[in-house]
Amino acid sequence: MLAFFLVLICAFLYPGTIDKTKAILSGRKGPKIYQFIFDAWRLLKKGSVYSNSSSFVFQISASVNFACVLTAFLLIPFAGEPSFFSFDGDFVFMLYLLGLGRFILVVAALDVSSGFEGMGANREVLYNALLEPAFFLLMGTLCIFTGHTNFHDIFLSIYENEHIASVIVVITISILILFMFLLIENSRIPTDDPNTHLELTMVHEVMVLDHSGFDLGLIKLTSAFKFAVFGSLICNLVIPGHLALYYKIPLFMVFQFMLAISIGVFESFKPRNKMARNPQYIISISAIAAVLYIVIIIIKSNVV
Amino acid sequence: MEKLLETKNNLPVRISDIPVVPYSKFFEVITFLLRSQDFHILTYLAYPTSEGLKFICAIADDQNKSISIISHLIPAGSPLKVYSMMPKYDVFHSFEREIHEKYGVEFADNHFLKPIRFSHDMKIQGMDKITDYPFYKIETDELHEIGVGPIHAGIIEPGHFRFLCNGEKVLHLEVQLGWQHRGIETLFLEKKKLIQRATLAEQIAGDSAVGHALAYSQAIESLAGLKIREKLNYERVIALEIERIGMHIFDLSNLCTGAAYQLGNAALGVLRTPTINFLQTWCGNRFAKGLIRPGGTNYPFTRDLQEKLLSYLDDLEERYTVIADKMLNLSDIILRFQQIGTLTRKQVYMIGAVGTTAKMAGLKRDTRWSHPFAGYHEIHHDPVVFDTGDIYARIQVRHYEILQSIKYLRRITEIMNYQNSVPAPIKDEEIRLAKNCMTISVTEGWRGEIVHSAITDDEGNISYYKIKDPSQHNWWALALSLRNLEISDFPINNKSYNLSYCGHDL
Repeated sequence: MLAFFLVLICAFLYPGTIDKTKAILSGRKGPKIYQFIFDAWRLLKKGSVYSNSSSFVFQISASVNFACVLTAFLLIPFAGEPSFFSFDGDFVFMLYLLGLGRFILVVAALDVSSGFEGMGANREVLYNALLEPAFFLLMGTLCIFTGHTNFHDIFLSIYENEHIASVIVVITISILILFMFLLIENSRIPTDDPNTHLELTMVHEVMVLDHSGFDLGLIKLTSAFKFAVFGSLICNLVIPGHLALYYKIPLFMVFQFMLAISIGVFESFKPRNKMARNPQYIISISAIAAVLYIVIIIIKSNVV
Repeated sequence: MEKLLETKNNLPVRISDIPVVPYSKFFEVITFLLRSQDFHILTYLAYPTSEGLKFICAIADDQNKSISIISHLIPAGSPLKVYSMMPKYDVFHSFEREIHEKYGVEFADNHFLKPIRFSHDMKIQGMDKITDYPFYKIETDELHEIGVGPIHAGIIEPGHFRFLCNGEKVLHLEVQLGWQHRGIETLFLEKKKLIQRATLAEQIAGDSAVGHALAYSQAIESLAGLKIREKLNYERVIALEIERIGMHIFDLSNLCTGAAYQLGNAALGVLRTPTINFLQTWCGNRFAKGLIRPGGTNYPFTRDLQEKLLSYLDDLEERYTVIADKMLNLSDIILRFQQIGTLTRKQVYMIGAVGTTAKMAGLKRDTRWSHPFAGYHEIHHDPVVFDTGDIYARIQVRHYEILQSIKYLRRITEIMNYQNSVPAPIKDEEIRLAKNCMTISVTEGWRGEIVHSAITDDEGNISYYKIKDPSQHNWWALALSLRNLEISDFPINNKSYNLSYCGHDL
């Protein structure tokens, strides 16, 4: 319960913090950190306009996508505090909830039959297909390492390993993988650019070109929530579960905040990849995860 | 080649002196000259006379710094049908399309005889609206078409791009322009006053107001036989070079945006503002509208302005070199821009590319060097030429031109004599244009050469005025560089050329 609300608060502050960081680094003042809340509220108050060539699939897409991510929220624990519900293999459920949300968006993009949106859907599906192994290899590693198969137990017991060096290695590399994963999953630089106005280079943004008003508001909320989901996973790795609650809550917020700032910094100084380089870049994340996986198997099975 | 009439930039010639030859000879002479890369077409126009339709072709000789003119006449009543020069040199396609559209001349063998800008007096049957444009089509299930524009996201001008794609790969891009057609050339004849025409010239392409206004002013001055004082010529160089710096920096900043490189975008964007603000301090307009006028200027360049300019240049150079070095050496930027949108020297030569577009692929086309005008005789300009022909080469040409311009500005302010006065713009009643003459005025705007040609009648009134913006040919460079490229690379390619829609559409 606590986890849910903490993650929710972070979600609302994520986009603003990133924008503010980028603005300051480019010498501008930038909008307020909580500007996103007003923007989302303004959009949610509006009605939606639907194209004549679209069907019900398009109309439900934003809501279904939002519902999927919101459900995924319920699975995220908070540093030892339990999540709403937790079961063995819940991380598979979480990733495919996000997958379902993406599927409905892709179908909606094809539904409006615009030349641009089909192109964007094509790219998004390709990238996510390549990205998926990274997450499961990482979770597999953590399962083997801790001996548990759900989020709550994994995060609670990850620091209980007596082999402190391997704990540090696992956590550092996991954070790296999750960070890169988060950037791609949320369509940020270097694979995509959320600020571009050029349809031909967009990946995620072009898929939602036809969404307007309330639906667009939901899409914006969804992407903010996704940040918080993956940001929370990273924070869960960093914060040991056995700390007292009055340490954990501020630590959690501080780490989330730092994560948002580091995304802003990363985006300020890094240009975007050439589109053809993206698959290579994404596969390299899976490769890192695979190496970690093999190393942990070797350590665990005492082969060496 | 005794058939040609030789002249220079801004040197009027009598129409009767231009040799009139049969079309076969006309064709032969032009195609013979163009075999050498030292020659290129400045302008190719047709205009109606009492005897019939007269074709005039002006070819620039870059080595001898001269212009050769030759003409051909289709007598009134004869069929308007000739064979096309396009199969030999692609550069003719837009000229021939223009003549075809205006006078209904048929060019046999020109397979691209489509309307170019949908003028109101169009003589092509069955294509009344711009939406009737006949695009290339491929009948297959394998490929797909993507149409972009004419209304775009962001703040660019209208133009339609039609891509034929195989997945992400572009097989063919067709650029359809004409949405901005305002009839500038017709207006040039309707509006008789100098000030009206000067204002029109500034509107041809709003971002090269100095280049076009200067070309126009020089055309008028040469026809009127005005001698321009040295100081005024230097002032014009200053204005043109500041415009060049401003626009090149703007392009580099936009390219950074295209690559989502925020630091470059912000740092370069900040530098553009003081550049064009200097023009505002000088003449009250950030794009130097109202600064260049025939015969003189209302805004003389004073000592005070010189000091301001020099301190601004110092500041600019210091800040610009820091960010430019950072950007040009950043591995991600190099990866993003190198070997994308590559054109060969042959390609840019065939399409008659000018300015930055020619220089980035190894073709030395710079009229500041080949046909010096205004104060450029003193500068001994040496064009920046790169031969890789990709986006990175376009960036490098811009980068080194900025540094060059800073150098030239310092030089000019140094040699200028501030004691001398400059005259006010000439008034309509004070000048009389030479009768039955033609003049070709060439300037080097930041995009490339701008050619204005004026022809006067028996009374000394301008009876025909032709404008050639550098974009007219350079648009084809964009279309060619997109071939076999990923469609997502289109925006940065487009930005790397930054061509003018309204300059093309007139």
